Amino acid sequence: MTQALSPRFKNLLGLLILAVLLAVVLPLVLEPFRLNMVGKYLTYAFVAVGLVLCWGNAGILSLGQGVFFGLGGYAMAMYLKLQSSTPEATKIQSTPGIPDFMDWNQITQLPFFWVPFKSLPLSILAVVLVPSVFAFIISYAMFRRRVGGVYFAIITQALAAIMTILIVGQQGYTGGINGITDLRTLAGWDIRTDSAKTILYFVNVALLLGAIVLCQWVRGSKLGRILVAMRDKEDRVRFSGYDVASFKVFVFCLAAALAGVGGAMFTLQVGFMSPSFVGIVPSIEMVIYTAVGGRLSLLGAVYGTLLVNWAKTSFSESFPELWLFGLGALFIAVVLLFPNGLAGLYRSHVEPRIDALFGGKGRSGSRPAPAPAE
Amino acid sequence: MFMGYSLGELGSIFAMQAFAGLILFSVFVLMSLGLAIIFGQMGVINMAHGEFMILGAYMTYLTSQAFHAFAPGLYGIYFFVAMAVAFCASGALGMLVEWSMIRFLYKRPLDTLLATWGLSLIMQQAFRSIFGAREVGVELPDWMMGSLPITDTIEVQINGLFVMGLTTLIAIAVYLLMFRSRWGLQVRAVVLNRPMAGAVGIDTERVDRFTFGLGCGIAGIAGSAFTMIGSTGPTAGQLYIVDTFLVVVFGGAASLAGTIASAFTISQAQSTMEFFMSGSMAKVLTLLVVVCILMVRPEGLFVLKVRR
Repeated sequence: MTQALSPRFKNLLGLLILAVLLAVVLPLVLEPFRLNMVGKYLTYAFVAVGLVLCWGNAGILSLGQGVFFGLGGYAMAMYLKLQSSTPEATKIQSTPGIPDFMDWNQITQLPFFWVPFKSLPLSILAVVLVPSVFAFIISYAMFRRRVGGVYFAIITQALAAIMTILIVGQQGYTGGINGITDLRTLAGWDIRTDSAKTILYFVNVALLLGAIVLCQWVRGSKLGRILVAMRDKEDRVRFSGYDVASFKVFVFCLAAALAGVGGAMFTLQVGFMSPSFVGIVPSIEMVIYTAVGGRLSLLGAVYGTLLVNWAKTSFSESFPELWLFGLGALFIAVVLLFPNGLAGLYRSHVEPRIDALFGGKGRSGSRPAPAPAE
Repeated sequence: MFMGYSLGELGSIFAMQAFAGLILFSVFVLMSLGLAIIFGQMGVINMAHGEFMILGAYMTYLTSQAFHAFAPGLYGIYFFVAMAVAFCASGALGMLVEWSMIRFLYKRPLDTLLATWGLSLIMQQAFRSIFGAREVGVELPDWMMGSLPITDTIEVQINGLFVMGLTTLIAIAVYLLMFRSRWGLQVRAVVLNRPMAGAVGIDTERVDRFTFGLGCGIAGIAGSAFTMIGSTGPTAGQLYIVDTFLVVVFGGAASLAGTIASAFTISQAQSTMEFFMSGSMAKVLTLLVVVCILMVRPEGLFVLKVRR
């Protein structure tokens, strides 16, 4: 209750600190190359934030978030690719006007599912809609039949595997293992220049902060409390008359849509999309970002993503051998020793001191750390 | 798709593909038996299962090198020694992992998934640092080379036959151990009702440790058999882990007979389709069908009724 530090105020303050860090401090300190890299990490944070809602709050562990990230990313990449494959730019091909990899694979006509991506509004719509509709189909079938927990995780992982094999195998339609490369302009605007990359970084930060606010709102609403109740005692929620499956489907689709937005921003900032961001390994790495940051904390997930990726980059730059050992040990340590991640450490060690500093009432504002979800 | 083949040729094609499917089936069975014990009986998701298999494969490779160097005359029987070595190495490591990590996580199955994934990364990098990133293969002894002609158009490889025979033996051994021995009785008792099993005097922790060790040991044998038909690289285990989990889940997690039946279905479907379309599409179709069936029938093919 302390006058100034109510939980609501703390959330706001935390968000503000993150916003200042991302939008003011980092752009001032980092050179454009590093800033672009942070931007790339922040696209993963969309997935991590979605996972907090889906895994931390609702207890649904999905090992297939890479699929949704990929769908969003590919939707954007397909639009950009069509932009750069104008008949003039591709006149040396045997069929001008189609993407180069299709020409290499003896495809002479634009496949039907590429056609909508000629228009920017439709593509942006697809970035959000395609992952959510896909997530809806998967999760509706499974949650109706009360498939959950471990089985859901394994099946989503299998979907990630299927998606990768499919993309790699259908080279003519998807660009195969190399992915969709050589992307240049967004509606005539060159995205490869430093200034464009900086602008995209700020767009990314704004979208991410928006996503966090959206998730905070969902968590604070009655819906959020039902999600937590469902995670802890699903049967009781069901017997109280709630339609458990619909809530689960909703939160899973929301996480998928966020992942799709992340994927699209990834494509824009990095300039290509490939199956290596879709499969099993990236999907499970995204889960570990969330776990490191704290599976119950939205802001923690962002910091976790930044930290793991920063560690990955600096380790693999200097000791490539050690990185996998480090990542593996991180997985084990987070699970065994810090199930609530960075946010849990913050809550149990730092927050009481801050409270003591301001209100003198000790732990009044802090909630007890909840038990990890199963 | 059947155009251009005579009836006899089609028969031969199906027979050959069925045989290729049987080899795949054997590997699936060996891998998923261990996983069915660990996942089905204990509820632990062991993502490092593929790496335990690769450990067995590398042990086989080391044994073959040792025989090559010190006892070339006995090279014909090295494989049997190698299998024992692989079983012991993987099993011992499995027990160590259970003791140091898994036993703290029995109440949190999803967390075993993340922790064992971490373990698999560490093991992969360890393999890469020790044995190098390149794939290694073993030299087969003479009696395993070549193939047996059955008719003019159908012939079967001897190493494939050997792997199949081995799989049958192991499956029978696991069956006897789980359903006909006192130890198996204890394992099943712990699975059905852990507190009650503890109450009647079964040391559940010890049973858990040996069960996990046995599952990993069988994965080691699978790796050993794997060297007979392909070469081994540090990341080969990861290629099989999804397939194996699907096999186990599709069969009904707690049922060993279901595991074998689903391994048979999946491997035959995949290898038969492989002839008519590209390998990747065959795999996509197989996995997709399995996933769709699981969405409709999540409990798998065979169900063991357990009171939770």
